[in-house]
Amino acid sequence: MKIVLRNPRREVEVQGPVTVSRLLERLELNPESVLVIRGDTLVTRDARLADTDDVEIRPVISGGAA
Amino acid sequence: MKCRVCREPAVIDVRRHNAGFCGEHFVRHCREQVRRAVDEHSMIEPGERVLVAVSGGKDSLALWDLLVEAGYDTDGLYLGLGIGEYSDHSGAAARAYAGARGLKLHEVDLAADYGYDVPGAAAATRRPPCGACGLSKRHLFNQVALERGYDVVATGHNLDDEAAVLLGNVLRWEAGYLGRQHPVLPARPGFARKVKPLVRLGEREMAAYCVVRGIDYIVEECPMAEGNRHLAYKEALNALEDRSPGTKAAFLLGFLERGHERFAGDAVEEREDLGACTECGSPTTGDVCAFCRLRERAGALHSSGAPDVTVELRR
Repeated sequence: MKIVLRNPRREVEVQGPVTVSRLLERLELNPESVLVIRGDTLVTRDARLADTDDVEIRPVISGGAA
Repeated sequence: MKCRVCREPAVIDVRRHNAGFCGEHFVRHCREQVRRAVDEHSMIEPGERVLVAVSGGKDSLALWDLLVEAGYDTDGLYLGLGIGEYSDHSGAAARAYAGARGLKLHEVDLAADYGYDVPGAAAATRRPPCGACGLSKRHLFNQVALERGYDVVATGHNLDDEAAVLLGNVLRWEAGYLGRQHPVLPARPGFARKVKPLVRLGEREMAAYCVVRGIDYIVEECPMAEGNRHLAYKEALNALEDRSPGTKAAFLLGFLERGHERFAGDAVEEREDLGACTECGSPTTGDVCAFCRLRERAGALHSSGAPDVTVELRR
């Protein structure tokens, strides 16, 4: 499946099916610091992603110190 | 995973509450957390006018949306920082949100109205850009609130922001800052009340709220913030949170409930014995306030004794 990552924007291919939790483990991403969006819908960590899904992994950490 | 409330499929898991939510009940969850924060800390009284500091990011747009939905009388204020495409995109997001909902958005542009921008100020002062950015925001949000008759300034600082600041203050035992770290800074002569209604919601929840509500926000990170210490604190806290859900909330909310009062006497009393800035008239402990000193160092203010630009809000 095609995975879009942000900041910087890039794409990676991952073999499905795979759960969101396993996908984040593979990509070494902390689930607390991202949202996973399939199409235009949020999915939870136990969701199973199919090879045909378009998936965005969106970082949520932001901000300066001010 | 099922929604804790209705048992329909969940779209978001909130591990510190050991719960999943469908879109509808997640929005209700966010509204309830804001209501609790506002009520617990007496942030906004009925009938008060609220100026929302809007950056175009997830937190400030979610905050504005939550306050509007709760029925508060709100307008937004966007501050153009002059950070290249990032500022272009963030301004567009703020305008699009306000325009689509018929909300009033004030705008101030640092370069056009004050003669400097954040990258220029950082270079001139040889200090991290976040310092110049934060100082400019604090000064101008307060100034616009006072000039335009707002009772309170609301900012989108969330649980993660505040927990990271708390960690930084604890690591250095900044007792004065610990005494001042609170979701409400009361109004005083020359200062509007400042409140942080998102203090019970994490930034993952705020990003999810925007996705569920269909709010387009600027996802890209400020290029000036890259590598700063605040982000490192957030990463450390998220590593702990992943292992032990609820750690961030226990750290911050526990401090507010049981720790803050112990440092109240150490609070930095920067607002005592205030005079008027000789340049802009704002309250200051010296002759010239920190904002005007920043402008002077950035080459935007000349020692003429008066501001060299007349500022008018754009909308």
